[in-house]
Amino acid sequence: MSTLVEIRSLSKVYERGKQRVEVLHHVNLDIAKGDFVALMGPSGSGKTTLLNLIGGLDSPTEGMLSIAGKRIERLSEDALARWRAANVGFVFQFYNLLPMLTAQKNVELPLLLTRLSAAQRKRKAEIALRLVGLADRAAHKPTELSGGQQQRVAIARAIVSDPTLLVGDEPTGDLDRQSATDIMLLLQQLNRDHGKTIIMVTHDPKAAEYARRTLHLDKGTLVERPELIAA
Amino acid sequence: MKYFQLIWAALFRRKTRTIFTLLSVLAAFLLFGLLNSVHSAFTGASNSVAGASRLITVSKISMTLSLPKSLHERIAAQPGVAEVTYANWFGGIYQDPKNFFPSQAVADNFLDLYPEWELPADQRKAFHDIRTGAIVGASLAEKYHWKVGDKIPLQATIFPQKDGSNTWTFDLVGIYHVTDPNLRGQENNFYFNWAYLDEARQFDKGTVGWYVVKLADRNNADQVAGAIDALSFDSDHETKTESEQAFTAAFAGQFGDIGLIVGAIIGAVFFTLVLLTGNTMAQAVRERVPELAILKTLGFTNRSVLALVLAESVLLLVLGGVAGLALAGVLVNALRTSLPAMGPTSPMVPVGAASWLQGLCLMVLVGLIVGALPAVRGMRLKIVDALSGR
Repeated sequence: MSTLVEIRSLSKVYERGKQRVEVLHHVNLDIAKGDFVALMGPSGSGKTTLLNLIGGLDSPTEGMLSIAGKRIERLSEDALARWRAANVGFVFQFYNLLPMLTAQKNVELPLLLTRLSAAQRKRKAEIALRLVGLADRAAHKPTELSGGQQQRVAIARAIVSDPTLLVGDEPTGDLDRQSATDIMLLLQQLNRDHGKTIIMVTHDPKAAEYARRTLHLDKGTLVERPELIAA
Repeated sequence: MKYFQLIWAALFRRKTRTIFTLLSVLAAFLLFGLLNSVHSAFTGASNSVAGASRLITVSKISMTLSLPKSLHERIAAQPGVAEVTYANWFGGIYQDPKNFFPSQAVADNFLDLYPEWELPADQRKAFHDIRTGAIVGASLAEKYHWKVGDKIPLQATIFPQKDGSNTWTFDLVGIYHVTDPNLRGQENNFYFNWAYLDEARQFDKGTVGWYVVKLADRNNADQVAGAIDALSFDSDHETKTESEQAFTAAFAGQFGDIGLIVGAIIGAVFFTLVLLTGNTMAQAVRERVPELAILKTLGFTNRSVLALVLAESVLLLVLGGVAGLALAGVLVNALRTSLPAMGPTSPMVPVGAASWLQGLCLMVLVGLIVGALPAVRGMRLKIVDALSGR
C-alpha cells in the first residue's frame, strides 16, 4: 500500500505565557493508504495534538507533514481550510453537530463548500445517512437523537464529501458500550469496505482493537512497545 | 443563496431572544418611517403642482403679526399676480380643548385659489351669501358627525367678540372633499368668512394674517415675490413672500426645528438599537463559538465565517426594518387622513421610494456595525482552542 501520511521530525511547541511547552518532540511516522490506526497514550502525551496536525486543524512548529504528497505544513490558513474541506472528515467525542439543523442539513454542511446543486447535496447526504443506518432520522434535529445516533450523523457528515482521510478524536468516548461497539463496527466497515484511511485517538483498548494497528505516544514521542513505558 | 438556510437557522437558534430583538428593530424603523414622513412633509417633499404656483405673504417680523387689509388691492395690482386672497388664523376650540383643529377666517374668493378642493356649487354659493357660514373638510365633518345645516359653536382662543363673548356660532353650509390622497390632511380644516370675523371681533380690525397669491406664470415667482415685498419696504409692516412649501416649513418651525428634533430622536433610537442588537449578536456568537469552530473544521475559511456572521446580523436588521417600514407605511396612510393639515400640505407624506432606500441603507449599515465585532471574533477564533473550550 502507498504511504498516505508521511511525518518527519514533527514538533509542536505551545507558548503558555512565558512557559514553552513541547507537546510533540520530533515525531516520525508513516501511515499507509487504507490503514486504520489507533493512537493511544496517557493524557497529555500529545495524541490529540498529533491528530490535529494530521487533520490540518493546527500547524506544526517544525518538521515535515505530507498527506497524499501535499506538504500541508506549508499551506496558508485559507489554503489549509480548503484542503481540509476536500480531504479530511472529522469525528469528535461530543459529535459537534449544529443543534439548529436537522441531521440531513448537518450532513450537507461540508457540501456547501462544493459546486454541487441543492438537489445533488441532498442526494449525497441521503446516501451518507443510509450508509450509517439513519435514513429514517434525516429530518430529526440532534436533540431528538441518542448519543450513538448523533455520532452516526457526525460520521455521515465526515464521509459525505468522500475524503481521503477520516480522523476521530475519542469517537466512542461519550457513548455506552453497545453504542461504542456499533460506532467502531461502522468505522471498521468504512475502512474495510470503502477503503477509508482512519486515524483515531482513543483511551479505550476495546475500541483500539478494531484498528489494524495501534500506536502509542508518551511525552510527545511515539513509543513502539507500550510495556516499555511502564518499565 | 445556498448559505441562507444556515444563516436563517443560526438567527433563530434562540427564538425568543431573536423575536424580541426583531421587535425592537421593528419599533426603531417604524419610528424612522413615521418621523421621516413628517420631516419630508415639512422640508418641501410635497409634490403638489398646485402648491408650486402659489405664494404666501406674511409679516417679515413674525407670521403671528397681522398685515393691513389695504395691501390686498396693491398686491393684486402687481404684474404677474393672477389673483390674491387672504386668511386669518382663528384657533377655535370645539366643546373641549382637546378638540382642536385648524380654523381660519378667509376672504370670499379664497376657494378660487384652491381648485383642488371640491365643493358643490350650491354650498359654495351659500358660503358666499351667509355671513356666519362655514365650510369644513369631509374628514373633519366625519370625525364630529357634522352635516350641512348644523350650528357649530367654537370657543375663540384669540379673538373675543365685541360683547366680550368667546363663543362664535357658525352655520355649516358646505363640506369639501380633497381628491388628491397626498393632500387629504386638508380635509381636517374649518373655514368661515373673514367679513364675519372682522365685523364681530374686539380688536385687530382691518387686518389679515396672510395673503395667498396665485401666480400668472410660476416661472416668475422670484420677481413677483420681490415686487410684493417692495410694497411694504421700510414700513411698520414689512412682508416676506415665499412659496407655500416654505411657509409650511416656517409654520412648523414655530414649534421647533423639525429637522433637528427628528434627527435627534432618530439618532437616539438608532444609538440604542446599535447597543441592543450589538449585544444580542455578541451574545449569539459567544454561545456559538464551538459551532463556528466546527464550520472552520469542515473547511469554511476565516472570511466565510466573517461573512456568515455579518449576513446574519444584516438579515436580523432587514427583517425587523422591512416590517417596521411597512407598518409605518400603513400607519402614515391612516394618519394622513385623520391629522389636520399644517398649512397647505399634509403633515405627513407617504413612505416612498426615497424613505425605503434610506431605510434599507440604514438597515445594512446598522447590521454591519453591530455584526462587525462578533464577526471578527468568529473569524479569528482558533479551531483547536475553540473546540477544547479555551
